[in-house]
Amino acid sequence: MQQNSNHSTLSLEIHSRTELLADVRDFVTHAARQFGFDETDVGKIELAVDEACTNIIKHAYKFDPEGMIQIRIAHTNRNQKGKFAVTILDTGAVFDVRHYSKPDMKDYFAKLRKGGLGIVLMYKLMDEVEYGFSPDKKNSITLVKYLIH
Amino acid sequence: MNDFTVATRHIENVTVLDIQGYLDAHTAPELERAFQTSIEGNRYNLIVNFSKLNYISSAGLGVLMQFIEDIRENNGDIKLTNMSPRVYNVFDLLGFPMLYEIFKEESEAIDKFQNIPPKES
Repeated sequence: MQQNSNHSTLSLEIHSRTELLADVRDFVTHAARQFGFDETDVGKIELAVDEACTNIIKHAYKFDPEGMIQIRIAHTNRNQKGKFAVTILDTGAVFDVRHYSKPDMKDYFAKLRKGGLGIVLMYKLMDEVEYGFSPDKKNSITLVKYLIH
Repeated sequence: MNDFTVATRHIENVTVLDIQGYLDAHTAPELERAFQTSIEGNRYNLIVNFSKLNYISSAGLGVLMQFIEDIRENNGDIKLTNMSPRVYNVFDLLGFPMLYEIFKEESEAIDKFQNIPPKES
């Protein structure tokens, strides 16, 4: 695990293992608190990042512990718009968001479906969620929260 | 690493799972095992008491979805109690109150299982 920081970015790299989710949560909650979010928003960011990393461990790496996950936090000056962006990168199987549609939760419960709740939470908890595929063959998901709405 | 524990109590025909700590994708299998043990013992009236739970992710909610069908087919239920506002908010965001009864106090859920009418407040 490595952690680097400068004025506006922080990063953490972990192996694809669920026991490291607690480290990811500590890393992101500390940064969100420092940035000035209240405890409610800190909790939302913490959960959204946990869900994103869990999906990578489960679906992109299929629990292969050798996979690597990088979590990068970039933020603007707090006095400006107050944008806090967490980008999570992996090199596992691609998640094609074009084939994803948000479930109707009434239908979800009526059919007693299982799984797929993490992505629903990410969209509900964050102001922006963006999936991408970078030129260095990394999958990315960026979760954004604004300090000033 | 954040800890998670499950302790099981029996109150007549009701089983209470007291969960404590951090419930995420790493610790959810512990809760799965506790549900499995109850079902294997033919105990289908289940209460999950969240009073000592600090954190929950969707992996924890997924465990409830995994067992609810089997439990209701056996005339039982999973009732949820004593959630902090933070934990309740996760359930509420996903619409879980549509499918699960959530009580402020464990005693209310026990009364419901034992068909005791709610006390007037």
